[in-house]
Amino acid sequence: MTGAPSLGGLAVTFSTMSLFAIGGANAALPEIHRVAVTLNHWLTEQQFADAFAIAQLSPGPNVMIVALIGYQAAGLAGALVATLGMCGPSATLAYLVSRVLGRATTSRWPGIIQAALVPLSIGLMAASGLILALASDRSAASLTLTAIVAVLAAVTGINPLWLLLAGGVLGFAGIV
Amino acid sequence: MALIDASDRDPADAPIAPAPGLSELFVAFAKMSLAGFGGVLVWARRAIVEQHRWMTAEEFNETFALCHFLPGPNIVNLSVVFGARFRGIPGAIAAFAGLVGPPLLIVTLLAVLYAHYGEIEALRRILAGVSYAAIGLLFSVAFKMLLPLLRKRDPVAIGLLVAVFVAVGVLRLPMPWVLAVAVPCSIGATYLLRRRTA
Repeated sequence: MTGAPSLGGLAVTFSTMSLFAIGGANAALPEIHRVAVTLNHWLTEQQFADAFAIAQLSPGPNVMIVALIGYQAAGLAGALVATLGMCGPSATLAYLVSRVLGRATTSRWPGIIQAALVPLSIGLMAASGLILALASDRSAASLTLTAIVAVLAAVTGINPLWLLLAGGVLGFAGIV
Repeated sequence: MALIDASDRDPADAPIAPAPGLSELFVAFAKMSLAGFGGVLVWARRAIVEQHRWMTAEEFNETFALCHFLPGPNIVNLSVVFGARFRGIPGAIAAFAGLVGPPLLIVTLLAVLYAHYGEIEALRRILAGVSYAAIGLLFSVAFKMLLPLLRKRDPVAIGLLVAVFVAVGVLRLPMPWVLAVAVPCSIGATYLLRRRTA
């Protein structure tokens, strides 16, 4: 147990992650998990999985999961620091790049970089899924639920919120 | 997917609405954020392009493409770039505060409740069920992004994807190290492939 982190430590951790979150907050989950659960024990595997569930159930951007993790680590100030840390550096970078590129760029590089990052961000998201799937003791029924939701969401246009609620109901009923 | 190259802009195509003020920016982003369960992007497009007509669809796509190839939460980047475009840095802060402020309050409240009641058995089971479903959603998003790559049968991209997945997901290596290797490799490969096909 490394114990509660300082706010400065949280700020540094999430600011660094901000710049490595290629493809958004969900792609950064493996690193957040490694730092917050494996290295520093700010929260347990179970709490990490719960934070993911709560963030998905809440309105707003996916990045709000860092507020839950920041709260677990260091209370209210931790939630604020984690959120600002995760958003600040990348938002500043986006602002600067948009100023430099202006509106009309003829350069091929943005297109090349984007195409190059897509496969990496898919790999990171799949890794997030695997790490979360292994975060709690899993029954065969719960793995089946994950697989069914993945297929339904991929092939139908069903609102994801219904799938989350269905998961909650099945959990409450003790089926998964 | 690369929409940035479409740079020729028809002036007649400009949006009709006047530029939004600071409070308008805050309210608009707060609304789309609170409407956005499971992703704010759809609501952002609807509000900015269709409802307020602050941008044309093409301008929106270009702005989003820029935010998508940069690191960080895409929609947060979008709010900052969008706000700054109309009202400079104060506009960026207003849009960002609207997007992040209200959900931050809600999530923090949930965090407090979870800290108090998280051990209740019924809540434990509900959250476990939700997280199993949410993991399924995450896989479906990854799968949808994967389809175009599979169609292109791009072995380098798929190889890098698998390598990153194994390194980060299975071996649990630190992501900054993995990306420090993978990003230059991927950019180099993409550049060479494009030059060969060009």
